[in-house]
Amino acid sequence: MLNITDKTLLDTISGFSLKPENAAFNVRKNGQGLDRRSTEHVQIVSKTDKPGIDINVLPGTKKETVFIPVIITETGVADTVYNDFYIGEDADVTVIAGCGIHNSGCEEARHDGVHRFFIGKNARVKYIEKHYGEGDGTGGRVMNPVTEVFLGENAVCEMETAQIGGIDSTLRETNAFLEAGAKFNVTERLMTHGDQTAKSNMRVELNGKNASSQIVSRSVAKDRSEQVFNPVAVGNAAGRAHVQCDSIIMDKAKIRSIPEIAANDADAEIIHEAAIGRINNDQLLKLMTFGMSEEEAEAVIIEGFLK
Amino acid sequence: MLEVKNLSFTVPGTDTGIINDVSFTLQDGKFLVLTGPNGGGKSTLARLIMGIERPTAGSIVFNGEDITDLSLTERAKKGIGYAFQQPPRFKGLTVRRLLSLASGRDLPENECCAYLTKVGLCSKDYLNRAVDASLSGGEVKRIEIATIMARQLQLAIYDEPEAGIDLWSFSMLVQSFRSIASQKNESVIIISHQERIMKLADEIIVIADGKIRTQGPRDRILPALGREFDVACDMRGK
Repeated sequence: MLNITDKTLLDTISGFSLKPENAAFNVRKNGQGLDRRSTEHVQIVSKTDKPGIDINVLPGTKKETVFIPVIITETGVADTVYNDFYIGEDADVTVIAGCGIHNSGCEEARHDGVHRFFIGKNARVKYIEKHYGEGDGTGGRVMNPVTEVFLGENAVCEMETAQIGGIDSTLRETNAFLEAGAKFNVTERLMTHGDQTAKSNMRVELNGKNASSQIVSRSVAKDRSEQVFNPVAVGNAAGRAHVQCDSIIMDKAKIRSIPEIAANDADAEIIHEAAIGRINNDQLLKLMTFGMSEEEAEAVIIEGFLK
Repeated sequence: MLEVKNLSFTVPGTDTGIINDVSFTLQDGKFLVLTGPNGGGKSTLARLIMGIERPTAGSIVFNGEDITDLSLTERAKKGIGYAFQQPPRFKGLTVRRLLSLASGRDLPENECCAYLTKVGLCSKDYLNRAVDASLSGGEVKRIEIATIMARQLQLAIYDEPEAGIDLWSFSMLVQSFRSIASQKNESVIIISHQERIMKLADEIIVIADGKIRTQGPRDRILPALGREFDVACDMRGK
């Protein structure tokens, strides 16, 4: 059963209470499957060899949404889960994942989600993932998501990830492999504060002709938090990849960006842009001329930046 | 009423004086144009009035209250606004959000559009665009001016609103300023080098080398300025 904390967490990470009536879903709580629904076109089945589920989206499925939120509300829980998505050809689905941790205890609460997407020819997937932590315990809130995306010919994956607060430690691994004409666009938003650490490794390989990828990373590091980005874009065939990392650094935070771009084909166009800096003083002044305090102006700038 | 009394500003940590003993008074609802050579101190004077810079001497009195020690935020709340000469851009902040922040409430689409039209922007195309590097300098500048028009101000300061704006949009802008001038609801200070804007002024102040060189009603100052420019051109010709 879901209690109030569960429902709030679920809503924060996935807007679960607003899910369409006929949507497929799987809710996982404290390492156990809690509730599930399959639909005619989206079948969810438990794995038999390890914790996790297979999500099978039939070819030609149109405009369906799948919710797979995970919540952890007990201290000391370390949950690793393997979810595989098999997206049939020509399908068009939105997958809303997310993990919320409410840790009021003194032990660590951890969720490591390993998600693999096998996206068929011409299929489209929008993948939205939100991470959030809360609770006043001294125990750490840890998330180490792994996402692997295999895109067939002309398949499209739009991935949006957001970790807006409350996660003490995160190591994110994202890998994408693109066949001809495939497109992989990812937008990563991250905010760390206190003593939090976040590391994001990303590797995108353009393996087929005319594949393309756009990686946008926006982050804000406050207090004494530390962030490390390591995006790698490899062009093995004619195609385009554009990596853009933008960070706002504040207080005593530290940010490192270690990009790598590689072209193994003369027609591969791989671009990287990165910037780390404080909030521009003129931006603050401008908003203060609207009557905002410096703190209010800062909050508006960060909110817009991470939107 | 704005009273600027013996205002001076020296760059902190140096002896470089930017503004030197400037005094003037602006009555309510009046339209004042500040003009003069580049580097003469016009923008610094405007920033001192807004509270972005702090004077090293002198005082600023607004509606009878000494605001010299008030912060930028406090002056903004008293109804003073400032359109930057080079407005900052904001990643992720949309035109609509910026206008709403300026006005202090969530502006409905039609009101946003009205402000954008006043600065010559076709509004529907812009509302949901971010005020970032995807906009041209002229577009950002016009949005900046629209944010000042969206505020309920007693004193609006525009720092070279014409800079970077094409002639077609400039005509639109002049019309908007003409309408502001005729309504006389708010006092306006515009830093400008444009004759078409100077023609809207009730008063003109010429600032050079950090001092007021001339000040007075438009009808007296503008012809004198015209003669000054003719002489300057003649001298160059020779």
